[in-house]
Amino acid sequence: MLMSDRAPIAEPADCFVTVNGEMHRFVAGGSALSVVRDLGFDGRPIAVELNGQVVPRAELDRRVLVHGDRLEVVTLVGGG
Amino acid sequence: MIQTADSAPADTLRIGTLTLRSRLVVGTGKYASYAEMARCLDVSGTDCVTVAVRRERLMNAAGENILDHLDASRYTLLPNTAGCFSADDAVRVARLGRELLRDLGNPGSEWVKLEVLGDTKTLLPDPVGTLDATARLVEDGFAVLVYSSDDPVIARRLKDLGAASVMPAGSPIGSGQGILNPNNLRICMEYLKDGDPGYPVIVDAGVGTASDVAEAMELGVDGVLLNTAIAHAADPLRMAGAMKAACHAGREAFLAGRMPRRLYATASSPDDGVIGGKA
Repeated sequence: MLMSDRAPIAEPADCFVTVNGEMHRFVAGGSALSVVRDLGFDGRPIAVELNGQVVPRAELDRRVLVHGDRLEVVTLVGGG
Repeated sequence: MIQTADSAPADTLRIGTLTLRSRLVVGTGKYASYAEMARCLDVSGTDCVTVAVRRERLMNAAGENILDHLDASRYTLLPNTAGCFSADDAVRVARLGRELLRDLGNPGSEWVKLEVLGDTKTLLPDPVGTLDATARLVEDGFAVLVYSSDDPVIARRLKDLGAASVMPAGSPIGSGQGILNPNNLRICMEYLKDGDPGYPVIVDAGVGTASDVAEAMELGVDGVLLNTAIAHAADPLRMAGAMKAACHAGREAFLAGRMPRRLYATASSPDDGVIGGKA
């Protein structure tokens, strides 16, 4: 599934997605990749989850976000 | 890894499809700096290190990422699910870790060190959540290296579900209490290696110092996973070397086979010919 299967609706003036638990404004019709770029994560070692499902890096630009989507952007840190 | 003669097969650790040269798996947390971590990993001789998956915060205070200091072409990275208190969260974190490591082209991408924890005070594993997550991750194609208590029955059930390695704790995570119940570990190994002597059993957690590693290896476990014992030593670099030596010594002692324990003394010097005795 590359696109949200939710019915398209008139976009509100401000669209927000949650990124790592924080609200983030984005341009209507923007992709997951655009949000990742906005936040400066692009090119860094990250993995992205959209609404609980991992999105492979190659598909980030094809995932169009809708208001209320939840993104997690993770990386590796030290751990045991 | 101690070099063996060319004719002797290397004493490697096989877990699933991967082969490790060192029997020490070392964590990457709690070091004073990434640079110190990198030096300790080098000295420990390990070729497999654990890493955690966390929200990207745009770098640490110094603007570094752990991968700036960790050669992903040298080490097999073993992503953990530390901090997860439910099977659902552990499965999500495992999948994110796999995605990260696939991007890096690291052989650890299909591995996970599964932790499903019961509470923050003890960090003891939740056995029900651990069984649930193990089944789901095995189904999803992961080689699951699973942190468990030293309960032999749970250990056997985890193996039955398809875990690539069962990793009983010696004592609570980061406690440094060592191997609290060697008898349970013996029973775990008896259950897990019955008819399958190559099945890898790794002591994960609780090691405090080198003798703990040697003790575990002498019991016949296949490897030891540790982190805090090096990172929080007064001299981490020196302790990393001590752990390498202890792992090797314990393994060699296990393979050599210890003498039986006896209640009474048996003299090492001949009884005959002591001066002043009978001719």
